[in-house]
Amino acid sequence: MAVTESKGKFKSRPLAASIIIIGGLGALAIALTWAISVGVADIKFTTVWAAVFQFDPAQNQHQLIHELRLPRALLSAVVGACFAVAGSIMQGMTRNPLADSGLLGINSGAAFVLALCIAISPGISQFNLTLFAFLGAGLGAGIVFGIGSLSRTGLTPVRLALSGAAVSALLLALTEGIAIQFNIGRDLAFWYAGAVAGTRWLHFNMIFPWAIGALIVAHLLSRSITVLSLGDEVAANLGQRTRLVKIAGSAVVLILAGAAVSVVGSIGFVGLIIPHLTRFLVGVDYRWIIPCSAVLGSLFLVLADIGARMINAPAETPIGVLVALIGVPFFLYLTRRDGRGI
Amino acid sequence: MSKGIAVLTAIAILILTVFLISMNTGLIHLTPMEVLRTLFGGGTDRQHLILFEFRLPRIIVSLLVGMGLAVSGCILQGITRNGLAEPGILGINAGAGLAVLIYIMYFPNMGSSPVFLLPLLAFGGAALTAIIIYLLAFKKNEGVSPFRLILTGIAMAAAIYAATVTITLQLNPEKFKFVERWNAGSIWGANWNFVLALLPWVLVLIPYAIYKARTLNVLNLGDQLAAGLGTRVEKERLRLIGVAVALAGASVAVSGSIAFIGLIAPHLARRLVGNRYEILLPTSALTGALLLIVADTLARPSEIPTGIVVAVIGAPFFLYLLARSKA
Repeated sequence: MAVTESKGKFKSRPLAASIIIIGGLGALAIALTWAISVGVADIKFTTVWAAVFQFDPAQNQHQLIHELRLPRALLSAVVGACFAVAGSIMQGMTRNPLADSGLLGINSGAAFVLALCIAISPGISQFNLTLFAFLGAGLGAGIVFGIGSLSRTGLTPVRLALSGAAVSALLLALTEGIAIQFNIGRDLAFWYAGAVAGTRWLHFNMIFPWAIGALIVAHLLSRSITVLSLGDEVAANLGQRTRLVKIAGSAVVLILAGAAVSVVGSIGFVGLIIPHLTRFLVGVDYRWIIPCSAVLGSLFLVLADIGARMINAPAETPIGVLVALIGVPFFLYLTRRDGRGI
Repeated sequence: MSKGIAVLTAIAILILTVFLISMNTGLIHLTPMEVLRTLFGGGTDRQHLILFEFRLPRIIVSLLVGMGLAVSGCILQGITRNGLAEPGILGINAGAGLAVLIYIMYFPNMGSSPVFLLPLLAFGGAALTAIIIYLLAFKKNEGVSPFRLILTGIAMAAAIYAATVTITLQLNPEKFKFVERWNAGSIWGANWNFVLALLPWVLVLIPYAIYKARTLNVLNLGDQLAAGLGTRVEKERLRLIGVAVALAGASVAVSGSIAFIGLIAPHLARRLVGNRYEILLPTSALTGALLLIVADTLARPSEIPTGIVVAVIGAPFFLYLLARSKA
């Protein structure tokens, strides 16, 4: 999008990036501790410390922390990083500021299979549901990617975006149809609003290894994505095998976003704003954008989850709502600034 | 240009064919001859009632809505220079949806007279959202860059979505069902009043958009080039956004959100006749009309929301074209 060609647009700011990573990790540690201590029962910080590092099963509060709050807080952090990095890669690969992992058909694919599962066997277990949602995400991405690359000229960014939009619309329409037919719209609405409330170690253990693996691969790909973000032709002239990079990038997005979506539902806005924010702060080099957006995404979602529990306590607000509440004003502010980086 | 006219004629003939089929489709069976006779003045009172009071207005509403959304999407894709732009991107659907939702939330007896109030509310919600987005994206000296417009639109849509989810989760099941159907898009405003309410918008604004086709062609080249060619970019853009919002707002008010038409019809048209707006706009309008009338005809016997049928038939066709195309 060559709209505002200001001079600072193509700069990278490694110093800012280093500060964000180090400061962000510190802030994340504080936020995690905070997330574990607040809730319906407030717990003292020393108890939190003890529960994490000297776990004593005999104490109620230790149990509460260990079984409910710890996995939930850690999961928010991981999921935030996943969405943010997936969004960064998507925006880099498609060079479209509207792109996020939803565009790869991941959210809609997961929603579609989820709706099918709930419609066919209402009593399905959490574990299976998560698994099927992930398969759905893969299905959605597979269709988008397959159709996008069917043509002889291959997978151009525009084609990827359009095929993603069309497949998403199709899958969502089918999901709506199923929801109306089987009367499960409300169950799905809860899923759509995003929920980290019911998470246990099971969920965390399911996605953690995948997320870490994919984040590492994302970091390895970051150089190629920077090149690709300059345009297909430029990348090809620089000797890049663009097709390979796109396939690898999409696979990483699928694993990151697929895992995140299948556990917490769609909180797509994270994947949209964090990359913009990061690019605004650190410039255009994906070697910095990817780690920084991971840190900022984690931090953002952990804070959003704290908000979700506090804003209307003891009832929980869907985290997707919180994400929008915090994210929107901030995003609007960013778009009104001089636009460098965005 | 001659290719364009051939395409337009072909689509018009298709629309006419589907129109005749559609007149024959419904819960009560009428033979084609009966339909024709009734159309030209004959027929029994009952046939008259079915055709003129139920089927015809619904079909005309579909045609108008299809045209309105398609042209709105076409304009927006032109001025934002982004192929993913559609009326929903300006928060129009979301705004209209929220207005409808708030009404349903606070006025419990839905049976009374929402039929006339709802479209007005929906239109108000759509217009208000569009105005807020425009103001937020506006900057002194710079005006509204398409880029900022899109990003602001996304942010607003997300904010409205959050509000919508919060309210939706508190609704009772019966109201939830209504909202669900509204969101899926179904042509429920199907009587002559709606036709009359929608007709002026479409009759005035679409020709106006076509009249502005040259400006769209130029704007499509980029702001600087357009300004260099003597276009008053900001002013023209504001006008065109106004047209797009009014068309989409009026359409969405009657049909619920069938935003997909606004995305897909312009792309289909572009693949058929190319990028010149003089011919692209009318082709988009007819493509949108055709798509919606086909979807509505298919949806009618089963009472599936039309929006779902639009996506189910439109998306595969679109994907097929996408896979085949070279550029």
